[in-house]
Amino acid sequence: MPTTTPAAPELSPSEVKTTTCYMCACRCGIKVTLRDGEVRYIEGNPEHPLNQGVICAKGASGIMKQYSPARLTQPLRRKAGAHRGDAEFEVITWDEALRQIEERLTHLRATDPKKFALFTGRDQMQALTGLFAAQFGTPNYAAHGGFCSVNMAAGMIYTIGGSFWEFGGPDLDRAKLFVMIGTAEDHHSNPLKIAISKFKRSGGKFISINPVRTGYSAIADEWIPIRPGTDGALLLALNAELVREKLYDEDFVGEYTNGGYLVNDDPNSPQYGLVVANGITPADNPHRNHSQLWWDAGIDAAVSNHASGCKPALNGKYTLPDGMPVRPAFALLCERLEPYTPEWAAEITGIPAARIRSLAREMGEIARDQKITLPLAWTDSWGRTHDSITGNPVAFHAMRGLAAHSNGFQTIRALSILMSLLGTIDRPGGFRHKAPYPRGTPPVFARNPVTPDAVKPNTPLGGAPLGFPASPDELFVDDAGSPMRIDKAFSWEYPLAVHGMMHNVIANAWRGDPYKIDTLFIFMANMAWNSSMNTSETRRMLNDRNENGEYKIPFIIVCDAFESEMTAFADLILPDTTYLERHDVMSMLDRPISEFDGPVDAVRVPILPPKGQCRPFQEVIVELASRLKLPAFTNADGTRKFRDYPDFVVNFQTAPNSGQGYLTGWRGEEGDKPMIGAPNPKQWDMYAKNNCVHQHHLPPEITYMRNWNQGYHDWATNVKLRRYGDPIMIQLYAEVLQRFRLAARGHGKRQPPAHLKDRIEKYFDPLPFYYEPLEVSISDKQKYPLAAITQRPMAMYHSWDSQNAWLRQIHTHNYLFINTKTAQAAGIADGGWLWVESMHGKVRCMCRYSEAVEPGTVWTWNAIGKSRGAWHLAEDANESRRGFLLNHLISDELPANASEREGRRMSNSDPLTGQAGWYDVRVRIYPAGADEPQESSPQFNALKPLPGTTKLHRLWQAFAAGESK
Amino acid sequence: MTQLALVIDLNVCVGCHACVTSCKEWNTSGVAGSLSDENPYGKDPSGTFFNRVQTFEVGEFPNTQTVHFPKSCLHCEDPPCVPVCPTGASYKRQTDGLVLIDYDKCIGCNYCSWACPYGVRELDENQKVMKKCTLCVDRINDTSLADEQRKPACVLACPTNARLYGDIHDPESIVSKAIRENGGYQLMPEWETKPANHYLPRRSASAIDNELSRKVEQQRPNTLKPTGAPSKP
Repeated sequence: MPTTTPAAPELSPSEVKTTTCYMCACRCGIKVTLRDGEVRYIEGNPEHPLNQGVICAKGASGIMKQYSPARLTQPLRRKAGAHRGDAEFEVITWDEALRQIEERLTHLRATDPKKFALFTGRDQMQALTGLFAAQFGTPNYAAHGGFCSVNMAAGMIYTIGGSFWEFGGPDLDRAKLFVMIGTAEDHHSNPLKIAISKFKRSGGKFISINPVRTGYSAIADEWIPIRPGTDGALLLALNAELVREKLYDEDFVGEYTNGGYLVNDDPNSPQYGLVVANGITPADNPHRNHSQLWWDAGIDAAVSNHASGCKPALNGKYTLPDGMPVRPAFALLCERLEPYTPEWAAEITGIPAARIRSLAREMGEIARDQKITLPLAWTDSWGRTHDSITGNPVAFHAMRGLAAHSNGFQTIRALSILMSLLGTIDRPGGFRHKAPYPRGTPPVFARNPVTPDAVKPNTPLGGAPLGFPASPDELFVDDAGSPMRIDKAFSWEYPLAVHGMMHNVIANAWRGDPYKIDTLFIFMANMAWNSSMNTSETRRMLNDRNENGEYKIPFIIVCDAFESEMTAFADLILPDTTYLERHDVMSMLDRPISEFDGPVDAVRVPILPPKGQCRPFQEVIVELASRLKLPAFTNADGTRKFRDYPDFVVNFQTAPNSGQGYLTGWRGEEGDKPMIGAPNPKQWDMYAKNNCVHQHHLPPEITYMRNWNQGYHDWATNVKLRRYGDPIMIQLYAEVLQRFRLAARGHGKRQPPAHLKDRIEKYFDPLPFYYEPLEVSISDKQKYPLAAITQRPMAMYHSWDSQNAWLRQIHTHNYLFINTKTAQAAGIADGGWLWVESMHGKVRCMCRYSEAVEPGTVWTWNAIGKSRGAWHLAEDANESRRGFLLNHLISDELPANASEREGRRMSNSDPLTGQAGWYDVRVRIYPAGADEPQESSPQFNALKPLPGTTKLHRLWQAFAAGESK
Repeated sequence: MTQLALVIDLNVCVGCHACVTSCKEWNTSGVAGSLSDENPYGKDPSGTFFNRVQTFEVGEFPNTQTVHFPKSCLHCEDPPCVPVCPTGASYKRQTDGLVLIDYDKCIGCNYCSWACPYGVRELDENQKVMKKCTLCVDRINDTSLADEQRKPACVLACPTNARLYGDIHDPESIVSKAIRENGGYQLMPEWETKPANHYLPRRSASAIDNELSRKVEQQRPNTLKPTGAPSKP
């Protein structure tokens, strides 16, 4: 640096463009400065509603992703004679690659479309990929939600009609108490960081409940350590205390939940446990009944819910005029909660009973005594007008920490019920929805097929690939009750698998259970490494052949921007672009980035030309759809309908002239219509000129109480965010689950196979309950006394960033963090090598003592360990020699003894939703021998760099934009 | 006289490292760059960073605090790194109090990094030049930028707004107020270096912050990238 600093330091003129980040799923607005065609600087866009100018470690390292030597640049084909996993490839042209896929898929579509399976890791283009799969005619499509956080989505949506992250979140601007449960750093990260900081500075109290104190928990005012997988016990005890202490919001429960609905209490009735309805439905949704009954204590009789002048009884036993015994749903909930005392929960969770009791009181009293009143007049679903909106300022956040257990769905039901008893749903200071949610409990907008005839040659699928089953009639099974999807989602095994079960696909396809498939197309998911449980066995399955020498999974296509462990197992690799080289949409039809006060969607626009032969994945999908002449992509005369992906985004409408498309901004021929309007050929330009984001602010009176806000429903149905404008009642009592349970008891036209009856009976409980996670319940806890979990490093996104020269210096290898006393008792030194062993496998790794982890838990950072040579790292890179993957200890299927009991093999997943039980494994630890290699185990054969990646392993790199030209 | 500085609020820092890579990103292509990385894709990668986050645990389970502690050049008012420089490359700029290095004069002898009690200077092992935080001098002095953009990259990036920037000699500045109102403190004042950067303690747990100060002192050499033995004051 010269002594006098130049005033204008830039070496040459710079240009600045806006787009949307994709270094994680947060989707912040960014400004990208270029110098001589190279990226000089990526900063947060201050004009963007999501991140308001800030950026994270990953976002600020986008340069090193763009110029990573691990980037794929050419389509590649596995060399003849090479084994999958050997990473022996030859370069081919896009023409050859596309022709090969086209031929194969044309044949499959004409013969048996379900032999084609499309599963995507990154999942924020489901509106396109789901459309492609449905148009192709295969049900075998999903994104990665099944092994991510489907329990969170399903548990909350089935209960309150919305969920955390992009569809809702804590209103920390107004909350007084904020409780975060479990690890939640990896979703909605920058907005949450902004909000937590403001919340703390304005005097709010932040409590973190987590086995580990890291991440956001570090700045919590109080850390409450808890044993993994026991959150359900804590939440039930908190609910029970609120009821016992009468600290719940009685008016809210009566008016806005189904707590006052009368439930059939006759055990001999085929409708036992269902909500009683008089059959006259006042709302217009044909799929949802709204004629449930209340018991009005004043007139001592059953009345229609929300009848004028009536109030529901929340307790007691009653008899209807026809003699049917009934009880209010809330009374059933109270009865269920009764045995869940703080003392009971203390034994399970490790949290002292006194603290559970005081925590419930703290929540209840703040909710009751520190109410917020906003002077906003609104009208409810029953035509009643209100002068104001009330808020009870207690807010929560949770994600994978609760979700990734096989008891997660019922745990998250318990959390949703806690939030509801406190009266915090879509109210100021509590939980607030974001468009397109709230939707029904469950929603009706996406309906999966229900019978085998939905799959026919050369015909689109009879339904959406993914839906929200509300009864056994909405499962996708054949006449024998067997699964119709390769992942067995929506079958009796995992009835509410609303995000699919990507983690089952490889094992099922390999085994041919329920049937064999031909082509598996994976987009951007590292299934041969950190995205699979039972990693070693999964790699073997990918490479396994039958007695004729043919692969059991005949053809595997992988589309990705980087070489990974998974690309090594492909037959065909398609090089994707980076986020700086593509068009993308964060669509309202999918998973947009809405704010509490209205819909927000966003786009990416190309900042740089694609490297080498890279093509955006979406372009490949539109190209294939056009070649295959899928109806939605083809004109009546058989010609292709859309030139390319940007053309598709502008011109596709959900129905002819619906005016509803992928983007809500600048619609209409004049570009002046928000939400709905004719296609606008200049839509991309308008987004590009407006920070690549479109925000639509709603009048404040329709931004609260949206489950029951008629003004909101009128608007939402008008702009087609909701199909019907009926009220969205909170399901304290989940009647949907009781329908499955009744089927297990022999009622209804669809009943579970014999071997699954007990399972359905047990887990489809309409009231929340606690059970030990499945894997834990069959583990020998004397032999394997510790729980093993992962946490998310904020500077890494899954396995993506080890090829990033800057980010990998922050997490070059990982340790197993062990409570100091636990480690010392096992004779393991700080920094020493140890074995961590589960009943499925063992891993050698390094120990780090920690006082920030409860003594019964060990943990590590997720996905830092890599296979040797993968991600274009040197063979002696720390990631593979010292880093390790916990996945080797986790089984994808429940151990055989349990499976035998069940009659067949079952996924290590939540029995309701199929959510992968990542955090249920039990382990033991012991020191590695002094004579053992100082290296992590297992090790795998080194991967060679793929053709088209950058060959040089530089000893020194000193990036300066514009200087490499 | 102006003394520019950072005030870092440990009450809200979640250790996300946004400041670390934003700093690297801005400066590697700026006047203080480039910032070398050794073995960027190989064994033991080790690069030049002007700003790093260290993580400490304080206390015993269950009364544990996890503290994320960002550390960069503190722009001391009496910087021990300057008088030891044999060539005059290290200097303190009178106009704004920045401690800077003239790369053209630096011979890479390391005296300054030995003299620095905080371990915040890093020798670029590739270019053999001593480097460190400049408070993004090429941003804050760039009059072509809008006022709100004339801040260090780390300050603009920080998602929790834990990094405040301003003149600690101006009693009305945001940093002076933050120090005054929230018990802002200097690192190791007994060394009489008068570091300009200050830290704001965890407000709900002040007893623990005393222990934290001790920990920082114990870890005085920059353990992430030792550039030499620490010196005495």
